[in-house]
Amino acid sequence: MKVEVDGVRVVIDHQPILDGVSLAVGPGEFHALIGPNGSGKSTLLRCLYRALRPATGVVKLGGDDVWADLSARSAARRRAIVAQEHVIDLAFTVRELVLLGRAPHKGMFERDGNQDLAVADDALEQVGMAWAADRVVTTLSGGERQRALLARALTQQAPILLLDEPTNHLDVRAQLELLELARSLKLTTLAALHDLDQAAAVCDGITVLSAGRVVASGHPDEVLTAELIEAVFGVRAVLGIHPLTGRRHVMTALPTDLSHRGPLGLAVPKETT
Amino acid sequence: MLFALGAVLAVAMVIGVSVGTVNLPVSQVWAVVGRHLGLVAGTADPIDDQIIWTFRTPRVLLAAVVGAGLSVAGVCLQSLARNGLADPYVLGVSSGASLGAVLAVALGVPVLADLGVTGAAFAAASLTLLVVMVLAQQAGQLGSARLVLAGVAVSYLATAGTSFVQLYVNPLELRGIMFWLMGSLASSSWGDLGLPTAAIVLSGAWLLGRARSLNVLATGDDNASALGVPVNRFRLELVVVSSLLTASTVAVAGGIGFVGLMVPHAARFVVGPDHRRVLPVSVLGGAVFLVVVDILCRVADRPNELPVGVFTAAFGAPFFLVLLRRAGRGLG
Repeated sequence: MKVEVDGVRVVIDHQPILDGVSLAVGPGEFHALIGPNGSGKSTLLRCLYRALRPATGVVKLGGDDVWADLSARSAARRRAIVAQEHVIDLAFTVRELVLLGRAPHKGMFERDGNQDLAVADDALEQVGMAWAADRVVTTLSGGERQRALLARALTQQAPILLLDEPTNHLDVRAQLELLELARSLKLTTLAALHDLDQAAAVCDGITVLSAGRVVASGHPDEVLTAELIEAVFGVRAVLGIHPLTGRRHVMTALPTDLSHRGPLGLAVPKETT
Repeated sequence: MLFALGAVLAVAMVIGVSVGTVNLPVSQVWAVVGRHLGLVAGTADPIDDQIIWTFRTPRVLLAAVVGAGLSVAGVCLQSLARNGLADPYVLGVSSGASLGAVLAVALGVPVLADLGVTGAAFAAASLTLLVVMVLAQQAGQLGSARLVLAGVAVSYLATAGTSFVQLYVNPLELRGIMFWLMGSLASSSWGDLGLPTAAIVLSGAWLLGRARSLNVLATGDDNASALGVPVNRFRLELVVVSSLLTASTVAVAGGIGFVGLMVPHAARFVVGPDHRRVLPVSVLGGAVFLVVVDILCRVADRPNELPVGVFTAAFGAPFFLVLLRRAGRGLG
């Protein structure tokens, strides 16, 4: 199932957060969304999971407009999401939390059946959290909670997966595992990632956002260049092949002249470490 | 769990009908109630009949319905505000309803008085919650902390209004105003039962059908949108349901505090956070709680009756604190 975003504009408090953003993710493609903080990555994803209605523009899942053609429930059967928001008010167990992923598939008074339980337990197994099924969510570490939320997204069994900085809070092994897992699912995936090296290594396609606009979009070999990374992120970059994995590899460093501003007018931090 | 609570409720209700200023044996109670339901033949003493059927039975039933209604309103408001402190009192709904009723009864404010006490309380409760929501929302988003703050402020305002009215009425009407401030089940009649019963049955069924959505909402607004719950519309529906519940109970029993805050938490401590269990347990738990409290009010200082608010706090607070200390799974 494909994802299409066409001319999306979002204005919050008279500030354009997204300004005519268009991109397309083909079926089964792992598409990375990169850009500095505040470039609009999360906002774009929120439009896709129906938390935010764009002022103009169209967001389509599998050819149907998320707002015009799909109800909240039917949209939820097409795409699952691991959001950045981790506030959980109530002390659910991990299994109870993961089972909430079945919500868009269940009728009002329908109970969770054995099949739902099996789907939830499979998802927990996949993210390596089966041992924690009966733990209370509020007692988990940030990384464990993140994995539980990924299991919940898998339990939704939707053909499209949206990830908003899914490797936040995870240790290095868990980060690499999570990305490999997400890639191995062969779902249509749109992932906002902040680690350029990880994005470059796993994605089939990539879109670069800066100040609410698409700066470049396409195959990572064409999009990711030292010049673009320097212009958008304000860091020097070297692209190469990772000696251990043989995949694309991005190494970054602060510019030597810290008073320099990139051609897009982005300020470079003054302090060095 | 539900069967146990149901049994406790049945026992509490039978005791509730048999004890009071005059204690009547359970056999007598059955003779009167059974006769009215057409299950037992024969005649009963007319005085016993009046005590049991005209005064105590509707009173005990009303205690159960009001307790259930306030508890479910609490569950509803805590989900809606995503704040464990929310209840009909904290969000100003009870105080608003009381003010509406007092304005209608004591001052005969034209439009309100035409609605009758129940209607005035209902109109004022809905209006209050709506005002609180409007004050709390910012750019279409409803902040949880803002909602509670706005509710508390509006609640104080309404209570101040009610106290103010107190100064301008004659002493005979003062008792009536105390009723609205503190809550009471003393003047219950069969006619009071209809509206709150309908409200709790309809709202209860509606909420139970959306128990999963209530669970989803507790994982955050973005997650709820992602899982197919239309968050803003769902919140608005919850506002309507909770004002219906609160207004219909306040209109017949005045402002009974603490039940709506405490019972949902007590239910969560016992059965966990899943609303599919919390809702039915709150309905029965709230009913049991208020029936028991009402019995205590009637027998503690015979032949005087103590205000129900005294015992909801005196009996409820320690019970709640014990639960809080050994809490299993409540709030996150």
